[in-house]
Amino acid sequence: MRNADIVVVGGGPAGLAAAAAACMEGIEAEKILIVERSGELGGILNQCIHNGFGLHTFKEELTGPEYAARYIAQVEEMGIPCMPDTIVVNIQAGEDGKKRITAMNRREGVFEIEARAVILAMGCRERPRGALNIPGYRPAGIYSAGTAQHYVNIEGRMPGKEVVILGSGDIGLIMARRMTLEGAKVKLVAELMPYSGGLKRNIVQCLDDYEIPLKLSHTVIDIDGRERVKGVTVAKVDGNRRPVPGTEEYISCDTLLLSCGLIPENELSSDMGVALNPATSGPVVNESMETTVSGVFACGNVLHVHDLVDYVSEESANAGRYAAFYIQHALAEEKEGKAGGQRNKEGGMEAKESFSKKKDCRDIAVKCKGGVRYTVPSSIRLAYMQEEQVIRFRVGDVFRDARLVVRLNDTIVMQVNKRIMTPGEMEQVRLKKSKLEELEKLEGLREITLSVEKKE
Amino acid sequence: MEEQSGKKTELTCIRCPIGCALTVTEYADGVLHVAGNTCGRGEEYGKKELKNPTRILTTTVRVKNGSHPIVPVKTRTDIPKGKIGDCMKAVKRVEVEAPVYIGDVVLTDAAGTGVDIVATKNVEGRG
Repeated sequence: MRNADIVVVGGGPAGLAAAAAACMEGIEAEKILIVERSGELGGILNQCIHNGFGLHTFKEELTGPEYAARYIAQVEEMGIPCMPDTIVVNIQAGEDGKKRITAMNRREGVFEIEARAVILAMGCRERPRGALNIPGYRPAGIYSAGTAQHYVNIEGRMPGKEVVILGSGDIGLIMARRMTLEGAKVKLVAELMPYSGGLKRNIVQCLDDYEIPLKLSHTVIDIDGRERVKGVTVAKVDGNRRPVPGTEEYISCDTLLLSCGLIPENELSSDMGVALNPATSGPVVNESMETTVSGVFACGNVLHVHDLVDYVSEESANAGRYAAFYIQHALAEEKEGKAGGQRNKEGGMEAKESFSKKKDCRDIAVKCKGGVRYTVPSSIRLAYMQEEQVIRFRVGDVFRDARLVVRLNDTIVMQVNKRIMTPGEMEQVRLKKSKLEELEKLEGLREITLSVEKKE
Repeated sequence: MEEQSGKKTELTCIRCPIGCALTVTEYADGVLHVAGNTCGRGEEYGKKELKNPTRILTTTVRVKNGSHPIVPVKTRTDIPKGKIGDCMKAVKRVEVEAPVYIGDVVLTDAAGTGVDIVATKNVEGRG
């Protein structure tokens, strides 16, 4: 059996940043292993050839492959091993704290890896047609937007000539522009909700620039064609998202792209007993990005779907760093055990010991109220919290001129006026550890609450 | 005040995914003022969008004997928005030989814009 300190499942932006950060924190490169399902590192960034990546991380505007290349180069320079074309089929957390990873590839068949810690970085997948309940036959010409993106940007093939896009997620918007540039006619983007699920900037630069119409509160109610898509029927929907009779419009097309949301890919997580948050479909994590299974960390789109890869990298670096702390702690304990209970205080061990010996490991819940749909993390342990903790969240509706309020117990510690908050754009607040400690001393910190409230 | 009466244009900045809501005011003397931006790039974008809208074009180019059939490319800098179509036509005719590396020029002075088109991914040779 192979052995590793950390196995990173997934070699996309999350896995790469996590692996690099763990190595920087002192885990030997050769004791980290990245397992990647496809033939190359970089994940979905390889097909995201548009620009706009990395402004926060690198202070410059990169395309997806360029952004990925920076992290791939870092991981390669560090000498972190990677297993491409290899799929993880199962992970078990043993009672001894070890994780047993069953993986498979063409070279070695099925094999096991034993690791001290696992970082889940599998990303997400697109909501398929089957989950959308659109009537009609099953003709060729219906693709998820990401599949079409793979065809156009990786394989150099065009899926069709006349296109209707259902859903205004970012990939759908990006593909509206991409297919237009490649000579297709994108006739319409229909969005079920009264607001777009994509970033504002993508509506501006992908639809407005090319005069592609976006119809909000509209959906596809029928697909025409038996062998190949011939057209779709689009209708307006009411407040309950039901089609309004008399508003049907037939649009001829040979291709229907679906951009109707992304779902974190958590089969491995739930099979091993990791608790999932129903609001995100991703693992419940604490401030260390650690799931409910000790020594199993999660980051990137498998945790919650992001809009910006920059935030994925930041969050994943935290997961990598905390996974390193976890291992250093475990090693220190083993060493202690072997020394017959004698404290080993030499070298860098002291700091790691004090890290693990902190008493206040109570989980303080981060709760959502009034419009906040979820937060990552879901809880914070003061002892492990960094000086500043980023809490990322999404709202469940469009809020204009609202106020984001953060409370510790019942005390308001932060109020931010927001011109606009939409479900399509991830928000964040930064909590200061000093504030939390202050309240902890004063009355004992029970909970942290985020809510969207009316501006006074 | 004379300065208050400038012509206002509402824009969404696209220089980064934040998408700031900009208000660009054009005064009688031709001076532009940008509000609502959170960084210097926003101000630059707001002014440019009014005077000379530009975009970075990203697309793909065919690769001969490569590990992949195509390589993603971009214009090294912004090009005039009106030149996007011409640049697409010009780049369609290009085919490069593997290996290709990030930053390699695949087309110089695309469609008379003075801007080169460069590779954005490494594509190794086959085998």
